Amino acid sequence: MKLTPTPGQTVGPFFAFGLAFAGGEDLVDRTHPDAVRLHGTVYDGDGVPVPDAVVELWQADQHGAISQEHGSLHRDGYTFTGWGRAAVDPNGHYSFTTVEPGSTGAGVAPYFLLTVFARGLMDRLFTRAYLPEPVEAGDQDRLLSSVPEERRGTLLATRDSDGGLRFDIHLQGALETVFLTYPNTPQFTGPLG
Amino acid sequence: MAEKTTNPDAAVTSQAEIDAEISAIHQDYRTQRDAGGVEETNARLNFPPYRSSLLRHPTKSLHHTDPEDIELHSPAFGHRDVSPLEADLTIQHNGEPIGERIIVTGRVLDGDGRPVAGQLVEVWQANAAGRYIHKRDQHPAPLDPNFTGAGRALTGPNGEYSFTTIKPAPYPWKNHHNAWRSAHIHFSLFGTDFTQRIVTQMYFPGDPIFDLDPIYQSITDQAARDRLVATYDHSVSQHEWNTGYRWDIVLSGSNRTWAEEEEEH
Repeated sequence: MKLTPTPGQTVGPFFAFGLAFAGGEDLVDRTHPDAVRLHGTVYDGDGVPVPDAVVELWQADQHGAISQEHGSLHRDGYTFTGWGRAAVDPNGHYSFTTVEPGSTGAGVAPYFLLTVFARGLMDRLFTRAYLPEPVEAGDQDRLLSSVPEERRGTLLATRDSDGGLRFDIHLQGALETVFLTYPNTPQFTGPLG
Repeated sequence: MAEKTTNPDAAVTSQAEIDAEISAIHQDYRTQRDAGGVEETNARLNFPPYRSSLLRHPTKSLHHTDPEDIELHSPAFGHRDVSPLEADLTIQHNGEPIGERIIVTGRVLDGDGRPVAGQLVEVWQANAAGRYIHKRDQHPAPLDPNFTGAGRALTGPNGEYSFTTIKPAPYPWKNHHNAWRSAHIHFSLFGTDFTQRIVTQMYFPGDPIFDLDPIYQSITDQAARDRLVATYDHSVSQHEWNTGYRWDIVLSGSNRTWAEEEEEH
């Protein structure tokens, strides 16, 4: 039985009281020996930060294992659940404390899977933030190698001088992030240009 | 036509101008559809009558990719995450909230009709006066000290969910002059694959604002718009207690293979 998926709608401006929860952005405690900051700014087509966006992170652990542990909404400080949610601040900036994901399989470059929601954005957008270092090796990664070279950089996090990872998200414009669609997901409708 | 602006405080455009823009886009869609074009089942990302979408939609085609392991899984939630009491938005304070007590219930299914069991459903909404508790909501309608308007639930074994809440009212916004949103409840859902993740809005049948609301109308196809509207269900209403609405939600299809599913059962 094939059913037609329910349409998406914008998260709107007033999502914080519905979606935010304490510790949402902390997949690990910042004292964790492998803790790393993943952060960036969400921009609109004019390059202006979007102050009402929310970013979700879903990732494998350091060893490439996918957690199926409960407890994302009430973190115990020890269990890695692999999922987090961060609303941007008034400057459009989001920040997660997490670990760098390991590769989930041979030939798969490690990445963070990110989902973006915002006022003005009618449906969620998916993207991947690849670690900067394996880029050379990542040439054989199926996704990276299928993205035109001039846009590939939008899928790569950059390394901060303090070791953190920066990944800005551009909803539109010259630096527009490569957003992903998958088989069986409803195709976005109408002209985008 | 007035210059389109993304400044939410400008509110210079009239409802009639917004209506004309919506109507033109819908007419184009129907013409294409009648000529054998594709049926649109989702909201348009680029929908100029919704001014805030102008600078916040991608202009390049989304990149097709095959899902990998992480995309074929979703985070797991359990009763450590969500208490069953969180599905009742009317018991979060000392008194009864003001408004029409309702139950909204339904099932979460995937695109193949399989129930999505044990997954997280989050809701948030305005109160019976059309006011959000959010500090930036400046609509001069009363806050209700007995109503926050946020709830959570885990779907049952057959994908079922149920929330007890108060029927939200329409509220004004600044898309254009005298702009009002249809009454709605925001829903956030997870599937078995992270690619099934969706945030959407549930509406109430017969809302007089539907035709005027560019967010609802960003779905150009009437059948697709109807999928966001709950039905009144008298079997969900309870004697001298609440009225009832039913709304089933269909996520996109899972990309997992049967073998992978068997393994996990």
